[in-house]
Amino acid sequence: MNTIFNFLVILLILLNFRLISSSRLTPCIHILIIQAIILSGVAWMTHHGHMSLHLYFMLAVNVLLKAVVLPWMLTRVVQKNIVARELDPFVGYTPSLIIGAVLLGVSVLISRPLSLSHTLVEDLFLPVSLFTLLSGLFMIIARKKAITQVLGYMVMENGIYTFGVAMAIHEPFIVELSVLLDVFVAVLIMGVAIFHISREFNHIDTDRLSLLRDL
Amino acid sequence: MKFTIFFHVIAAFILSPILPGIINKVKAFFAGRKGKPVLQMYYDLVKLVQKGTVYSRTTTWIFQASPLVTAAVGIIGVMLVPLGNTPGMLAFSGDYILLVYLFGVSRFFTVLAALDTGSPFEGMGASREVQFSLLAEPALLLGLCALSALSGETSMNTMFTSLQAGTRPVLACAIFIVLLAENARIPFDDPTTHLELTMVHEVMILDHSGPDLALIEYGSALKLWTYASLTASLIVPQEIVNAWGGMGAGFLALTGVTVMVGLIESIMARLKLIRIPQLLVGATILSLISLILIIR
Amino acid sequence: MVLFTAAMMVLFSGVLILPFTGRANVANTAGPAFAVIGAGLTLAAGFDAIRTGGFDLISPWNYQLGAVHLKMDPLSGYFAMVIAIVCGLAALYGRDYLKPYAGKKHLGISWSMFLLLSASMMLVITAWNGVLFLVAWEIMSISSFFLVIFESHRPGVLSAGWTYLVATHLGTAFLMVMFMVLGENHCYDFNVIHISGPMPTVIFILAVIGFGTKAGFLPFHVWLPEAHPAAPSHVSAVMSAAMIKTGIYGILRMSILMGPFQASWGWTLIITGALTGIFGVLSALSQQDLKRLLAYSSVENMGIITIGLGLGFLGFATHHPIIGLLGIAGGMLHIMNHALFKSLLFFGAGSVRHATHTLDMEKMGGLMRGMPITGSTFVIAAGAICALPPLNGFISEFLIYFGSFSSLYGSKGTFSVLAAVTVIIALALIGGLALACFTKAAGIVFSGNPRTLEAEQAKESGAFMTTAMVILAALCGCIGAFSPQVIHFLGPVFDTIVAGHPLEEASLAPAIVCLTMISRVGVGLILLVFVLGFLKRNWMRDKIVEKKSTWGCGYVAASPRIQYTASSFADPIVSMFETTLHPEKDLKTDQSLFPRAFSYKSRTKDIFMYHVYRPLFSIVETVALNLHWLQRGYNQLYVLYIVVTLLALLFWMLWI
Repeated sequence: MNTIFNFLVILLILLNFRLISSSRLTPCIHILIIQAIILSGVAWMTHHGHMSLHLYFMLAVNVLLKAVVLPWMLTRVVQKNIVARELDPFVGYTPSLIIGAVLLGVSVLISRPLSLSHTLVEDLFLPVSLFTLLSGLFMIIARKKAITQVLGYMVMENGIYTFGVAMAIHEPFIVELSVLLDVFVAVLIMGVAIFHISREFNHIDTDRLSLLRDL
Repeated sequence: MKFTIFFHVIAAFILSPILPGIINKVKAFFAGRKGKPVLQMYYDLVKLVQKGTVYSRTTTWIFQASPLVTAAVGIIGVMLVPLGNTPGMLAFSGDYILLVYLFGVSRFFTVLAALDTGSPFEGMGASREVQFSLLAEPALLLGLCALSALSGETSMNTMFTSLQAGTRPVLACAIFIVLLAENARIPFDDPTTHLELTMVHEVMILDHSGPDLALIEYGSALKLWTYASLTASLIVPQEIVNAWGGMGAGFLALTGVTVMVGLIESIMARLKLIRIPQLLVGATILSLISLILIIR
Repeated sequence: MVLFTAAMMVLFSGVLILPFTGRANVANTAGPAFAVIGAGLTLAAGFDAIRTGGFDLISPWNYQLGAVHLKMDPLSGYFAMVIAIVCGLAALYGRDYLKPYAGKKHLGISWSMFLLLSASMMLVITAWNGVLFLVAWEIMSISSFFLVIFESHRPGVLSAGWTYLVATHLGTAFLMVMFMVLGENHCYDFNVIHISGPMPTVIFILAVIGFGTKAGFLPFHVWLPEAHPAAPSHVSAVMSAAMIKTGIYGILRMSILMGPFQASWGWTLIITGALTGIFGVLSALSQQDLKRLLAYSSVENMGIITIGLGLGFLGFATHHPIIGLLGIAGGMLHIMNHALFKSLLFFGAGSVRHATHTLDMEKMGGLMRGMPITGSTFVIAAGAICALPPLNGFISEFLIYFGSFSSLYGSKGTFSVLAAVTVIIALALIGGLALACFTKAAGIVFSGNPRTLEAEQAKESGAFMTTAMVILAALCGCIGAFSPQVIHFLGPVFDTIVAGHPLEEASLAPAIVCLTMISRVGVGLILLVFVLGFLKRNWMRDKIVEKKSTWGCGYVAASPRIQYTASSFADPIVSMFETTLHPEKDLKTDQSLFPRAFSYKSRTKDIFMYHVYRPLFSIVETVALNLHWLQRGYNQLYVLYIVVTLLALLFWMLWI
């Protein structure tokens, strides 16, 4: 059991690194699908002693939204805009990797004092959830394309989800579901917005959108 | 127990030229060819040793010393490295630091010898070589650092044997990437050619000929053996206590690693030059992750 | 004590006599003689101090600010040995180096300043009184300034000297503040300071800034790459190999006096050292001027020394004496090692300059054939500075590595992992970059085809110069081969540094066991190379060995111009670290159908010099210019200023 957990956690970390070092958008979306499936698996494994019907329902919604609906929408946006990759980010990909390593170190350091003795799962989950959160934030900050930023939001959400699993509070899925809903709406709106922006301006670089600001 | 240690070293001296043969066979199998014989490198070495040699008028003693140093470093390298649960012959605490810097010695001389010829191609290879090794070195040292933290040891022989499972695969990946980079294997360099895009390692030894080239080739086969044993030692399960059993498992794992190298060469293309630093930084990060997982 | 006093007397009599020797030949013989005798005596004194514990010399008369108190303990003895070796050999080397200047410059004054510099360095490391220390420190700075501007007719030398003078005095200002804080009740004797040490951390920070300016720590390193290329080579060797070590000595001495090491000190040193080291070696890699490259590499090596000492301090502060001992041993040994190979490299650069009249690496190449001794010793020194076994540089770096690795397993997670990982990553990066940097230096200068006519006609330098270089190269090899004995001999030095800290049975014995193995493997490696060489030679006896031109893939009209240059060799790495180095590239292309003239220039300027200090000083200049109206040129007005100031102070004292 512990070995599987460890393996999944390591996989999550590696996937995060792949995300922040990849310039192609389609593999990024695939990685998000894998992350969603891993996270649902982890949640099922932590709670499978006491699964109730509504937990199953939550899990199903979660998988459906994050592994099917959102990726499908994102793939559609990618195809419509014909942007296959992000070529010129604010922070290059090799520096991104190094920053990722620093973020991992930071999240391990700050989760050390917050030892979660009362939780059900490995104490590794807390640093990993923080790291996922931070790498999502980093993607939002360091990338130019609106679509990559949406991906960043989704990674961040995964981090919050992992945090929920790690905390294993009584009704983790309630909190989680509301966040998920937020992200869903956000992605929906962003998707539509990106689509229209790209139709108007022929690109989806957010840094050029800054021209739209009031002086 | 003692005998197996000698057996490993002697086997390395005799068998190391087989490793490139195995890699070539795997590549040929994937390409649907019959391929060169597995023992091809022995034939090459024998032929090279019997030939005369040509020295460029530009070169000095460094150029002639470089093949000797490469071979000598390879010979000492296989004496230092463990295989599976068999310890290295010269094992002492801190031996891995020496190993890393020993290969630095051979790189130093290879690069200087390349510059010694005054050829623009070899200068280019030298320049790239130092760039890649600069990034591979932290990855290897951090990987060994993780190993030492995991096993509570500072000598390679005890380091591997007292290793717990779990982080081994990550660490093995990191060291395997370093193996590919340091031995001029495919995602970093192409060992079959020395032309423009793959002008890294092969081009640096372009001017060596005859017995000199044989020494270099033999030295790099030993180097490949050393790195492959390092990686193999991470794969061999430490439950095998029997000395000969451990040795056999070690050889199996060594062959496995070699086949893996061939596999990667068959299914991957060489990376763009600007992507190479990224992969090496990635290897460093793999080492770092395993370190973080161990000490938390 | 007798030895040390004799050495001082020899040196100071030289200082006084030499300016009056008008004949260049006499000065150029007497100067090195004084210096070598003085250095020999100091070497013996230092050796004696390490063996027997040194001496304590208090002059019988008292001044207002304390007695003239000199004390040499094993730590001072060690530094005395470092300084003596470098100064003695530099004097030997300088004899030939200065010969061409005979008749053009007053060599007597130059040698007098050289002796003054050696003597003042000895005083700095033995002074046991704050005021005496500062006086010696100031003499050291001034005499080295005069040595730097020896070739003042060359463009750029005076301004380099000026930069050095300003930097060193800013550093001294911090030291003055430090000693003022230390000696609150006008007692500057180190024994007294030891008892009443207030505010250790403030003192430590002041010491790091003040001494760090001399030692070339990161933001204060800017004078090194200016001053070292400007100075004559034997002087750059002394400055780079010995003088900047007095900065490390100062930090160490103050830390010992301030009592138990604190974790924050260790952290400060580790981080400063890591940044200094990485920045230093990166900048070194991107240089085209040989001596500038060496100067930056000095910055890098000071970083390594600092990392070692920082690890040591942190180890003792967190009660891991074994890590502490290893860190301090590594850092201290690196001081000697750096002194040896860096002076050797500067000597090599000086010989190259003698032969080719330039320091621009792009104009060299193929010097190994004309200058085999210089070339071979330079290659050995380059190997040592890249920490290649079995040479000495590897031994000190090994000790630091070993310390941080043992912290990972030996401390069971109680020692800061972050510190250990920082040290390991920093050292590994520095190691890889140093390899790139020194293969470039040795390869571009000594290998390949000559790029200019001067390089083609280069001749080996005189016997004194080559002797000095061979001795240094041999010393580099010896420390590598006899490392266990060296570490054993230096035991009292380490004990002096860690006195007062609980050792808990920690000792360097396990490290000595490892070093024994390393020296055996190293000697084995060399033997193996020779055996293989011998076998190959025998084997090749009846084979055909041909001499042809380099294989150019079929291209036959190869010229030296098609070789890889220093800039192109470094380019992949320099562009990888573009954000730190800011290389300036200037490519001029010809767009026409048959392009003729292309030119490409790349140059890396120090970002601290051009983006921090220049703007800062230009602000200061603007402010000063705005106050220019005060200066009218009338004496009367100046007297009026003085009177007004005095009156103002008087009123201030009366009413407040």
